[in-house]
Amino acid sequence: MDVAQTIDDPGAISYAGAQAPARRRTVDAGGLAIAVHEWGDAAAPPLLLAHGGFDFARTYDVFAPLLAAGGWRVVSWDQRGHGDSQHAALYSWEADVRDALAVLDSTTRGAVPFVGHSKGGSVLTQLADACPHRVTKLVNIDGLPSRARHPDVAGHERSLLRAKELAGWLDHRRRTKDAERKSGTLADLARRRGRMNPRLSPEWLLYLASVGARRDAAEPSGSSAAEPSGSSGGGFRWKLDPTLRFGGFGPWRPEWTLLRLPGLAPPLLGFLASVSEPMGWDTTEEILRPHLPPGAEIVRLPETGHFIHIERPREVADRVLAFLA
Amino acid sequence: MKRILRHGKIDLALHGLRTGPSGRPLFLLHGRGMRSPDRVPDAVSTWPGPVWALDFTGHGASTVPAGGGYFVEILMADADHALAELGSATVLGRGLGAYVALLLAGARPNEVRGAILCDGPGLSGGGPRPVTPTVLVPKDPGPAPPDPFALLELARDVRPPDYATSFVRQTTQLSDLERPISVCAAERPDWLAAVIEEPGVLVTPLAEALAHYAALK
Repeated sequence: MDVAQTIDDPGAISYAGAQAPARRRTVDAGGLAIAVHEWGDAAAPPLLLAHGGFDFARTYDVFAPLLAAGGWRVVSWDQRGHGDSQHAALYSWEADVRDALAVLDSTTRGAVPFVGHSKGGSVLTQLADACPHRVTKLVNIDGLPSRARHPDVAGHERSLLRAKELAGWLDHRRRTKDAERKSGTLADLARRRGRMNPRLSPEWLLYLASVGARRDAAEPSGSSAAEPSGSSGGGFRWKLDPTLRFGGFGPWRPEWTLLRLPGLAPPLLGFLASVSEPMGWDTTEEILRPHLPPGAEIVRLPETGHFIHIERPREVADRVLAFLA
Repeated sequence: MKRILRHGKIDLALHGLRTGPSGRPLFLLHGRGMRSPDRVPDAVSTWPGPVWALDFTGHGASTVPAGGGYFVEILMADADHALAELGSATVLGRGLGAYVALLLAGARPNEVRGAILCDGPGLSGGGPRPVTPTVLVPKDPGPAPPDPFALLELARDVRPPDYATSFVRQTTQLSDLERPISVCAAERPDWLAAVIEEPGVLVTPLAEALAHYAALK
């Protein structure tokens, strides 16, 4: 592949097995524009597919077509502030669950299978709990709850730690009005994402950048076309809202989610990673076992990181299709 | 006098109810569904310094955003933007604003010179632990404040007592005040009942709390 092309032309970047969504529409979620992406026959039975935090629907460009080929109309969406959806003023767990229901309502008023990865799996698990009449089966790909790690520190040091974390978050909020994502070439963006996705191939990350980044508006003057784009930073930025950031704090504790698992209504298929990595949840069968609903299937694939469906799309899709059959 | 403070995509309205005198300001935080008062409330008229009041996101003269997504910590960040504008302040919160005042005191223990927690709408929040999950959608998310999303979501935020007391401990350990938190509320939801058991928290009439913090350097 010509290097100049990778910098200048996202459309020239392809990836084996990746397919753009067949249809694209917008849903109004309480006044916020949510971008919906669909793969497969529009007349096929629908399936709701949710992406993880800091991802976007088109991270399913390989996995979703495999589900669609199995006879499903795969409906996914960019969560608020992610991908092509509108950047919101406020972000919360409850809001993500509500947006998910808005997407489902725009698709059908009936019950469908839910499939979600990471945060998307957790959001759909909560939606399944809140609306058991809207879900037939639930597939959770490495988004089942884990336990928080409590560092063994004395009370005063712990206050200092939290104070630093709180002040750090508030300082971040004070900067949000001017926040923007760092500019770069598509190759730069792919390389930076690789730090959080160390197990994913450079080719895949470059493909993600080509569908997940937006080209900066052309500079008004002074930069000729022949000039390398390095002076303006490279010309592309991830579409993700720059005010979003990792971490955070609040009263929520993971055991509350664990406590809700045994009563989940739909049949559950859960995938777990076996290799720990930065974006992973480190959920284990040992933590989950006492909390699983009757009949739940838990699949732990060997030598697989958090992005199970990206590392092993065919294997995960086959197991999901068999579970939904 | 009204100042507009930018918090992310929100314009927050900070109202100067009394801007003449010098000295440390008294900073008022309203309850759930309320807005800043138009003038200095009688109950705090004895405060010798300036008096300012903030409209939280989705309330009063502040922006009503699309699609909701409210949680208490983001209101703490609203209040922190006002604190950056005012420098140090004594913070008085009603109801929901009382809980925000406690969080802010813990997060900015040097800038908050006393937090006064008073009765008001939204003091209980969503209780000490999560209830049955449900998806709440207001019928008409109209543009007029208060934002119906705020009314729904800020009635459901979970307030575990040990979460509240962790902010108290942080305040008392990091503030140089002997009693950085004063409770004037008669209603005692679980979080507040736990807060008043902590060292450094005094249950006191409002007038006394104001006099105490006004006398501090």
